[in-house]
Amino acid sequence: MSRYIPQVLGVGMLQMISVNNLKKSYGDFCAVNDISFAIQKGEILGFLGPNGAGKTSTINMMTGLSRATAGEIMIDGIDVKRETKKAQAIMGIVADESNLYNEMDGFENLCFCAALYGMPKSERESKAWQLLAQFRLKDAGKRPVKAYSKGMRRKLTIAAALMHAPQILFLDEPTSGIDVESSRQIREMIVELKHKGTTIFLSTHYIEEAERACDRIAFIAAGRIVASGSIPELMNSVSHGHTISLVTAKNAEAFVDELQSCFEASKVTIQSDHSLVMVSERRIALFPVMEFFHEKGIDIYEARELRPSLEDVFVKLTGIESSVLRKDKEMGKRQ
Amino acid sequence: MKSWIAFWNILKKDVRNYYLKPPNISWGIIFPLSWTLMQIIRTPDENVLGLLPGLISMSVLFGTTSMLAVTITFERSSRSFERLLLAPISLNTMVLAKITGTIIFGVFNALVPIIFASFFTDLPALNWGAALFTILLVALTSALMGLLIAVSAKQVFEAQTFSNFFRFPMLFLCGLFVPISRLPVFLRPVSYCLPLTYGNDILNGLITGINTLSAPLCFGMLSLFSVVLFLLCKYNINRKWIG
Repeated sequence: MSRYIPQVLGVGMLQMISVNNLKKSYGDFCAVNDISFAIQKGEILGFLGPNGAGKTSTINMMTGLSRATAGEIMIDGIDVKRETKKAQAIMGIVADESNLYNEMDGFENLCFCAALYGMPKSERESKAWQLLAQFRLKDAGKRPVKAYSKGMRRKLTIAAALMHAPQILFLDEPTSGIDVESSRQIREMIVELKHKGTTIFLSTHYIEEAERACDRIAFIAAGRIVASGSIPELMNSVSHGHTISLVTAKNAEAFVDELQSCFEASKVTIQSDHSLVMVSERRIALFPVMEFFHEKGIDIYEARELRPSLEDVFVKLTGIESSVLRKDKEMGKRQ
Repeated sequence: MKSWIAFWNILKKDVRNYYLKPPNISWGIIFPLSWTLMQIIRTPDENVLGLLPGLISMSVLFGTTSMLAVTITFERSSRSFERLLLAPISLNTMVLAKITGTIIFGVFNALVPIIFASFFTDLPALNWGAALFTILLVALTSALMGLLIAVSAKQVFEAQTFSNFFRFPMLFLCGLFVPISRLPVFLRPVSYCLPLTYGNDILNGLITGINTLSAPLCFGMLSLFSVVLFLLCKYNINRKWIG
């Protein structure tokens, strides 16, 4: 038996998911190429990449829907390859498309999904109503799913995955192609689940979604994890130095050389008549800069630190233009 | 207990969603009824009892293979079947739950020609227990053949095409209407490789008293076919659906 004691990472931090050298090939095509990562208990890992990057293939292998060509997947100490059904008992899975029974109503769908996990009738019925209320679907609970909007179906799919109170939740593009209000509700729900201690694997091609909800992010492109880490870690990996932007009340061009000589470590660039940028290897103290302009009789309207966006980081690390992701996003909305 | 809850709910869902739908109920009644009526009109002088084993076998075969192949392919194309594959239930439980609904449907199909025949002739004092057991075995093997078709088909129309590809030759090769002894010699070995041959032979023996093979051999062969088809289905599901 391959059951092992989960690795202790710190006080109250257990490794819930561990993936090592995972690979999936379809003939000559390698969909997932030797990826490794770990997720701690109660953490949200964002798996970010364009369509066809290998996100769904990875989820399918982790949830037992497809077999890995090579590598190891451990879920709470259970080897998914050997004890798939045991691992599936603690997982909740939200597929990238609705996989509900259209002929059944919302309430029946939730009860049926819970029954597959062996939940007794009274328990699953009360839980179904509770979740329908939580997802604001109570009024539609007795309506057939085929009459639901896409956003309602998505929320019901997530509710179905939560019926058996899973320890780990896999979300594959949870807000793809749905309305703004439903997306917001889903994002709120993700954060709420995290606070309750659920470990979440969130696959998405929405950079903003990953940025808002995730503790850590892994960028995947062409089946490989290009970079991973917390958002500040990823930002720091591409941004060298410190950049501040200043908006002045008057044209400050005449004082640029003087400013440059006062702050030798910084490189000063004029952006427009009333705006300039200072870049330095070290952190730039704002007070001396403000004092400099005060002495020159120039008011500062705005001073802010310029940081690269996650989109900039993604583009820099993957080499994939962000327009590719935006195109995926538009396709998701149209679907 | 957990497996039983899952089994019962899959069965209940299938019966409600598919088998109790008006089109399927009417199909399950009209189809065997039409075949029975057609045979009686075509050969009015022939003893109705002589036609009954073939009509029962055919009703079960068509009812079960169609339903299972179509419902599973439908669930797979709508991706709801994924729910079953992702649930912590064994493949055995899932397959058994799916085929049990079809077997029940097949048995009801078999009752149609029996009830209809009772209007034309007195049914003999046959061993109803053995007849029901045979019908169950025929339904089981046919359901498993339907499942094998479902594993290979991606779309509902493909499932229907594959089903007909298997079923229509079986009508003529299993001794349902033409005795196997009257078939060309080169076709006879094929007949003995088909489960329906044995089911039909038992039913013939029970209803008309004329059978060509021994009942224990036929029951043994049907059981063997059930086990082999079950294992084959499991192997194919593992290979094709969990890729």
